[in-house]
Amino acid sequence: MSNSNFSRRGVLKTGAIASAGLAVPTYLRADGHTGFTNAPADGGAVKFGFNVPQTGPYAEEGLDELRAQELAVEHLNGIGDGGLLNTFSEKNLDGTGILGHKVEFVTGDTQTKSDVARASAQSMIQKDGCIMINGGSSSGVAVAVQGLCQDAGVIFMAGLTHSNDTTGKDKKANGFRHFFNGYMSGAALGPVLEAEYGNERNAYHLTADYTWGWTQQESIQASTEALGWTTNQNVLTPVGAGDFSSYIAPVLNSGADTLILNHYGGDMVNSLTQAVQFGLKDKQVNGKDFTIIVPLYSELMAAGAGSNIQGVFGSMNWNWQLQDEGTKAFVKSFGEKFGFPPSGAAHTCYVQTLLYADAVTRAGTFNPCGVAEALEDFDFDGMGNGPTSYRGADHQCFKDVLVMKGTDNPTNQFDTLEIVEVTPRAQVEYEPDHPMFAGGDLGECNPGA
Amino acid sequence: MDDIILQILNGLDKGSAYALIALGLTLIFGTLGVVNFAHGALFLIGAFCSVTVSRLLSISFEMVDETQLDFLGNPLKVETPYVHAWFGPEMGASLIDWAVPIAILFAIPVMILVGFVMERGLIKHFYHRPHADQILVTFGLAIVIGEIVKANFGANPIPTPAPAAFAGAMDFGVMLGFEPNAIIYPIWRLVYFLFSMVIIVAVFAFLQFTTFGMVVRAGMADRETVGLLGIDIDKRFTFMFGLAAAVAGLAGVMYTPILSPNYNIGMDFLVLSFVVVVVGGMGSLPGAVLAGFMLGILQSFASMNEVKSILPGIDQIIIYLVAIIILLTRPRGLMGRKGVMEE
Repeated sequence: MSNSNFSRRGVLKTGAIASAGLAVPTYLRADGHTGFTNAPADGGAVKFGFNVPQTGPYAEEGLDELRAQELAVEHLNGIGDGGLLNTFSEKNLDGTGILGHKVEFVTGDTQTKSDVARASAQSMIQKDGCIMINGGSSSGVAVAVQGLCQDAGVIFMAGLTHSNDTTGKDKKANGFRHFFNGYMSGAALGPVLEAEYGNERNAYHLTADYTWGWTQQESIQASTEALGWTTNQNVLTPVGAGDFSSYIAPVLNSGADTLILNHYGGDMVNSLTQAVQFGLKDKQVNGKDFTIIVPLYSELMAAGAGSNIQGVFGSMNWNWQLQDEGTKAFVKSFGEKFGFPPSGAAHTCYVQTLLYADAVTRAGTFNPCGVAEALEDFDFDGMGNGPTSYRGADHQCFKDVLVMKGTDNPTNQFDTLEIVEVTPRAQVEYEPDHPMFAGGDLGECNPGA
Repeated sequence: MDDIILQILNGLDKGSAYALIALGLTLIFGTLGVVNFAHGALFLIGAFCSVTVSRLLSISFEMVDETQLDFLGNPLKVETPYVHAWFGPEMGASLIDWAVPIAILFAIPVMILVGFVMERGLIKHFYHRPHADQILVTFGLAIVIGEIVKANFGANPIPTPAPAAFAGAMDFGVMLGFEPNAIIYPIWRLVYFLFSMVIIVAVFAFLQFTTFGMVVRAGMADRETVGLLGIDIDKRFTFMFGLAAAVAGLAGVMYTPILSPNYNIGMDFLVLSFVVVVVGGMGSLPGAVLAGFMLGILQSFASMNEVKSILPGIDQIIIYLVAIIILLTRPRGLMGRKGVMEE
């Protein structure tokens, strides 16, 4: 006869505690890690999570990001021609992976919805063991995923996010943005608009009703009013409205002579097309030719808008037509693999992936706090944007900004936009406590486990 | 005043699309008793008939131009459409320019065939199943069709412009006695409204003045009795499904210059069209048309700044708000018949 101390109550208690322990998400448990979330095993692969919209209004941008991310992983693993590794000012990456770990990746579909994007990123971190999340084509999504990565203790290398809030009131210590923002668009566009259209304009804004639209509108309004322009109205429009005719019709008799479309992706294609159909580009108001401005451009949007975009001014983070060595190398790698030039979204995701890998190599660890330290106030060149800095105070990249115009006489299917001006970085810089970026707190880096 | 007229025109334009889709939905529900959530996908297929015709007419052959370089620095491959080579540059350009109207001829047989295959291949198996089953299977079908379109045409909106003769805007106000430039309105949107009126009148005339239509109406009222008279009503109802598909498809073809189509365009219209059907009265064809135009106009007015400044966000909920009010006061909708969906 055995003498056991087990009682029914004791077994139930033990079982409950064990179950609770198993139920705690992997990334919150310290066991099995060496001090940070999803630390790679010795000699094992390291996994990236590419979280991009594969369906929904920004799907085309997302799919292009995915192509570039796949290319970046190939280059990190020594496959292909090396792309921007050949022109990058840092020479720590040699095509053998990162710190001896081969790079793998998983992909997720954000559907351009914050809740879906968070769930996707959470699954990448918990189930797939991803150590870095990259991608996205919406500021609402970027802010949501950035917050999740901060809590989970992984690095978030943001994709296409242009809201001031991403590195403003919603900035996080674990999040880094290479893409430019609404303030920079306004600062770059202002002088060009003044030279083109003068100081006496009356602008009507149609604005996507979410964080990106709000902050871009605020930035462009501030920039144009500084020129002497007046703001007629700012009308918020729902994302994905499709038919914007009922928002465009009131512009006709509003007295405005300029329409500023704070729209992106499919919404911008539709609103611009419909504005042209309403005859706005042919209209004369206050003795001036009516004009349309699209502050944030992408090549994919330009292709979607067709001839409607001709002569319309906007801004970009990067464009494949730049003639620096970095741009040429990336366009060659991407173009030869996929048969067409890369978009700005593709470029930013590719660069972010390489910058993360380089920071890990310089830090000598995948620990997010070490990586963050390596990225903060990091100066680099050769990535297609000229000399660039990752500011430590808010994790925003500073570099030249492009002012673009829809090509008047396109010669081929890729000839949709032309570079009007490369606005120097000094013109678009601002203090970390600028009112448009105030209210947030970077906080402390979170290594997770 | 001119702003009000502009919003009425906008509403009529939106209402035209709602009315055409709701008309098809009601035809299918009235004849076959099926709640067809794949009807938006028929609008989508119609829209992509337009894209397909545009692309077919633009199929090109390549010639290498050594004097120009592509983005990689290789000699540029210049594409010349076959229609330019076959019919001359002017005629070829005209054919491509008129792709959307030409697509109507292409879409009619395609949509009837799609409707026939959809009804015979899938939906007929769900006639005697609960409405919930019908909704699930047709909604699933709509998602599948959307994904197929996305796989073949990509996710971005595809510009499909109207013929140059109908591009741009006209001074509609002058025709009404207003000052010049008071009411400028896109020509194609007026064409779309007129086109939808022609289709609506044609469908009503077909049902009202032909023997086939008379039998269909009799079958809608009392299917069993018509069957007892030796008439194969199922065959006629299958044809009506094809007709409803064609109506939705044509609505989609003509809408492409207004809204560049992407794979999701059908879903955007589907939910609103169902609200239109319910507000109009399940099974009522005139009700669907009336509700379509009414809700389109209300939605346009709700988007006006003057209205939004008093009731922020009203443009997003106006249709549903009106639907609630109408269903509370007239539970069968505006023109609903007694006994429909009440078992």
